[in-house]
Amino acid sequence: MAKQILFALALLITLAAFGWTLRRLFFNFKFTKKLPLDKIPERIKVTLEVAFGQTKIFRHPVMGLLHALVFWGFMVILFGSIELAVDGLFGTERVFGILGPVYDFLIASGDVFAAIIFLSILVFLFRRLFLKVKRFYGIEMKPVSKADANLALSFILLLMVSLLGMNTFYLLEMQSHNEAVVGIYPVSHQLSMVFEKMSPSGIHFWHEMNWWTHILLIFLFANVLPYSKHFHVFMSIPNVFVSRISPLGYVENMESITNEVKQMLDPQAVFVASTEVPPKFGVSDAEDTNWVNYMNALSCTECGRCTAVCPANITGKLLSPRKIMMDLRARMKEKGPGLHKEGLSYNDGKSLIGDYISEEELWACTMCNACAQECPVNIHQPSLILDMRRYLVLEKSAAPAGLNAAFANIENNGAPWQFSPQDRLKWTDELYMNATE
Amino acid sequence: MENKIKVEVPVMAELFAAGRKPEWLFWVGSAGAFDDRYKKVTREFVKILTHLKVDFAVLGVEESDSGDVARRAGNEMLFQMQALTNIQILDMYEVKKIVTCCPHDFNTLKNEYPDLGGNYEVWHHSQFLQKMIEDGKLNIQSEIFSDKTIVFHDPCYLGRANKEYEAPRDILKIIPSNKVEMQRNRSFGLCCGAGGGQMFKEAEKGTKEVFIERTEEAIATGADIIATACPFCMVMMTDGIKYKNQEDRMKNYDIAELVSISMNL
Repeated sequence: MAKQILFALALLITLAAFGWTLRRLFFNFKFTKKLPLDKIPERIKVTLEVAFGQTKIFRHPVMGLLHALVFWGFMVILFGSIELAVDGLFGTERVFGILGPVYDFLIASGDVFAAIIFLSILVFLFRRLFLKVKRFYGIEMKPVSKADANLALSFILLLMVSLLGMNTFYLLEMQSHNEAVVGIYPVSHQLSMVFEKMSPSGIHFWHEMNWWTHILLIFLFANVLPYSKHFHVFMSIPNVFVSRISPLGYVENMESITNEVKQMLDPQAVFVASTEVPPKFGVSDAEDTNWVNYMNALSCTECGRCTAVCPANITGKLLSPRKIMMDLRARMKEKGPGLHKEGLSYNDGKSLIGDYISEEELWACTMCNACAQECPVNIHQPSLILDMRRYLVLEKSAAPAGLNAAFANIENNGAPWQFSPQDRLKWTDELYMNATE
Repeated sequence: MENKIKVEVPVMAELFAAGRKPEWLFWVGSAGAFDDRYKKVTREFVKILTHLKVDFAVLGVEESDSGDVARRAGNEMLFQMQALTNIQILDMYEVKKIVTCCPHDFNTLKNEYPDLGGNYEVWHHSQFLQKMIEDGKLNIQSEIFSDKTIVFHDPCYLGRANKEYEAPRDILKIIPSNKVEMQRNRSFGLCCGAGGGQMFKEAEKGTKEVFIERTEEAIATGADIIATACPFCMVMMTDGIKYKNQEDRMKNYDIAELVSISMNL
């Protein structure tokens, strides 16, 4: 009974802390711009493929496979974790065992996956600690980002050790009591042979120890995640679901501009002085972004696949698509509390453009969409970069000189170069072809 | 000397005045109309259209910039003015099907004009030529490129933006020649460096220009020809070949040029 009370208390504290953090985080969505969530069947399909099928992570086949195994393993192990919580609350043991063969299958898979995940995480840690993988570096990858990554990996490593330990000593404990084992444990069965000589009290101690370590690590990990780039564990699947599903090259129309332009183009239109405050065009700070942008930022796990394929970054320019997402996340974290207290008029004298992201970074983008193509969780960096360019051009008239010249040419003669529109058919002069007949 | 025939390019306003509505509008695009190198591509594509007796016309002086550059450089106001003006003209001529050699205009007309009320069936010229091959209308016997090695550079707005990777490659397949791929091809393709308005501005400070990085990759394949399907990529690859002093051994052609040269049009 004492164990149950202790467990219930731990669960309560976990949920309360988690709820408090999430509430603070999700308040920030209130400040972002609305965007409709349509095409649900298509979104379900994308989620099944990209999130559950892990299709995009396989663009790096070897590391992709290891990640996919970790992900699928987590899915299976989640079943065991839920059982653990039920057992803890009601003082039962392996309560889902009533599912029979289904249970055997899931628990056996979880046991095997725990070992696979353990090995994969060792590879990940080795890569991070000893190999100089280029995409793990960059101006945005501060020591804290690296520590964050290693901490998350260590957590998972310990979770797997305690899971296998729990299973191993469960087997031994059942053996020592001559009781029937519930479930099948291919890996732990092998491990249990190593500890066969242990005394029954030792076995009991280590069973309890691993059980508590495992569950408390889960509770702790859950509460560390929202403060880590590894929040991606929670956000990735929903992020894929809400991600942009239009063709990569498509740019959203700015409705606020359409009305103005239509009026300008219509000679019959009577100019009506609007009393409304004109909307701000584009994005200059965190609260100008839409909720999907912010969701993207929260889902970024800083893997750097985007930056590794960015033509600007490859050729030594400042732009790093990963940094853009990290900057939005950091800026919202900084400004969110003030916005919450004082409303949208809150001004702390800083902004996303300028204090976090420089104009130089924004103008280096070629809009090639390589970053978005690569992102394993369907983050779309170019649309955020473009929204910031829109702010610079439409609100500040701050485009680079070359682009201003191109704008002027398009406006005056319908082409980005200085040619007369009357010459649009010049290419047809002297157009001859061979008589083939 | 071969017998040359002057090609008269049908203009929409004239056909319309005569009560005719052509099946296709050939959207020339600003680069196709004004860039010296790409004007050649426009001409070669028109030769193919003429040879295939395709019922088409161009807008001529009534065509204006699609607005793609303006939009991606953040000037939404200018983009929408261009788009709405073009849509007015296209709708006036009751245009249904559009073919263009420019992947940027292809993307904008196909994916973005619908938001402003312009709904057309838009084809990139690589898709159009691919269809002609499927229909058995394009036959190439010429061996003119048979001792050449061709590498295809994927334009971002044809490839990643619209997932069209095979049409240009299907066209290269029917041209007797050796084909190779760059390491970064199809959805992994590296941008030429001209997109998003870069064509018209100085590059930001870095260690290298993007077009040089890409040209080096193409040169490393040992190819004699870089095939492209985009006016911006064409400019960048031409500059890259010059920069690397490879003009004597390396050329770059648009896929339409490779077809028309092979057909001796």
